[in-house]
Amino acid sequence: MSQFLQVLLSGLATGAVYALVAIGFTLVWQAAQTVNFAQGEFVMLPAFFVLVGMNWLGLSFWISLLFGLAVSVLLLGLVFKKLVVEPILPHGGITLIIATMALGILLKESAKEFYGAEAQPFPALFPGDPINILGAAVSLRDLMNLAISLGVVMLLTLFLNRTRTGRCMQATAQNPGVAEILGVDVKRMVLYTFLINAALAALASFLITPVYLAKFSNGETLGLIAFIAAIVGGFNQIRGALVGGLLIGVLDNLTATYVTAQYRAALPLILLIAIILLRPQGIMGTSEGRTV
Amino acid sequence: MRVPWRLLAVLLLLAAAILIPLGQKNYLIYVLTSWLIFSIAAMGLNLTLGYAGQISLAQASFMAIGAYTTALMTLAGWHWLVALPIGLVLCFVVGLVLGYPALRVKGHFLAFVTLAFNTLVFLLLRNEEWLTGGTYGLSGMPRPDLGLFSTDKQLSFYYFTLGVAVIAALAMWGIVRSPWGRAFKALRENPVRAESLGVDTRRVTLLAFAIGSAYGGLAGALVTPLVQFIEPGSFGLAHSLRVLLMVVVGGAGSFFGPFIGAAVVILLPEVLRFTEGYYLIIYSGLVIVMLVFVPSGLIGIWGRLRDRFRPQRQMRGDMPEGARLP
Repeated sequence: MSQFLQVLLSGLATGAVYALVAIGFTLVWQAAQTVNFAQGEFVMLPAFFVLVGMNWLGLSFWISLLFGLAVSVLLLGLVFKKLVVEPILPHGGITLIIATMALGILLKESAKEFYGAEAQPFPALFPGDPINILGAAVSLRDLMNLAISLGVVMLLTLFLNRTRTGRCMQATAQNPGVAEILGVDVKRMVLYTFLINAALAALASFLITPVYLAKFSNGETLGLIAFIAAIVGGFNQIRGALVGGLLIGVLDNLTATYVTAQYRAALPLILLIAIILLRPQGIMGTSEGRTV
Repeated sequence: MRVPWRLLAVLLLLAAAILIPLGQKNYLIYVLTSWLIFSIAAMGLNLTLGYAGQISLAQASFMAIGAYTTALMTLAGWHWLVALPIGLVLCFVVGLVLGYPALRVKGHFLAFVTLAFNTLVFLLLRNEEWLTGGTYGLSGMPRPDLGLFSTDKQLSFYYFTLGVAVIAALAMWGIVRSPWGRAFKALRENPVRAESLGVDTRRVTLLAFAIGSAYGGLAGALVTPLVQFIEPGSFGLAHSLRVLLMVVVGGAGSFFGPFIGAAVVILLPEVLRFTEGYYLIIYSGLVIVMLVFVPSGLIGIWGRLRDRFRPQRQMRGDMPEGARLP
């Protein structure tokens, strides 16, 4: 029982980080009809920005985190939108998807060539000492990851539902045409979405890299899991992405512990196929009448 | 009289493909052979992406299915020509099974499903050592012996691959020109209108994907005797992306695009060898730039040039808009 609780809690902690990535993915999908296949690389890269800040610029760790966040928001938010999404979106969704795939390769190879192909250690934000909860040994890091991720999701939800800007962003996501007529600065709202996505990805990067180490290929699995979390949860809901992320984190840990470690990466696929067969709108999603 | 320029160009290229490798070193012949093989894989994906408008990220997995099927069967003593159809049918069936759920819903679900499938196939190949040899892979597969024509030499294997590629291209030409293929095109241009004309969009898309997957299997079945050593690493996601970018770079939805795209992707590393590790960075950067300016690929550049210099029929200004109406 205590082992189960332990597995469950650490699964929730990883899952909450997945959820951050999945939420960013969902927001960008809604606001700009952009399926970002470089999302995994968007999570891989900020950790390298921090390492650059620490090792090349000689900044302290906490300043480097801020530096990494700022660079991420600038490059992965603003520059991504202005240089990639804006010029390519008029050519159609598929073209843009392929461009983000090329971007993924570009980012991955750049991290490999300019920083190093070896996995780099990344300082932990919180000590990994185990804490005893009802007989389960849970690391403080897992608890803090869970708390921070959920806190950020809550803040984000409040921002989107309670503030004027947040509501304008929602209106833009639902119907850009009508939002524009009602006086919403649609372009600005879309830009905000990209910035938020970059910030969420950076946060996820800072939380998860101490566990995985900073490696250029981290994005492959993270990206896949984020897509699947978003689809499983329901593509049109923030809480869907949250549920999807947590679910995958927990199931992943349970499979690795109790069933098979070799095939733990296969679990998201099976979940994805099951969801598409049984409930294509996702667990939390509402149907959009998505037949051609 | 209309000169059949296109036919002439194709015959000229074919003659070039026959003559160029004569007297060349084995390495160049090897590069040309892999160009043909990747052209076949890209041709299949072009059917899925360019004609049916669906992204598949599993072309390398289908190559793996074709490669491992032929490898295991030829190692067990069967002839390559017996193993090939089995590999193709296997790919076709897997394509149907994979595409069926994914194409039930609109959107880019096939991309995600195939992305996950690619990961799964990679895991299977790596973990099931009793069948696939795990990370060590399989080696020592014999090259097909066609009675009078042995393919053991690099050059004769090149001609063998060329023959297969030409047959595959002719078959694709037939598919694209058939009423079926027209349905693919109708679907790409305007799904709603295609459906209103009685095209069963879902079935047509599914078939396009399954046929495209079988082409991947064919390419894989040729990889086995070419390299005579296969391992899971050659069929990872990066390779699926590579084939996808071939299609896009050449020009998705154009018949000859895949050949151009494959040539670029196979030859560019040779040209950019001096850049060493930066090759992929430069290449992916160039792809993004290309997508910004010429989304229709390299073949689209040719089309633009032609349109600029050739006199055109005047079109009523509102025609393009009319064509876009659902």
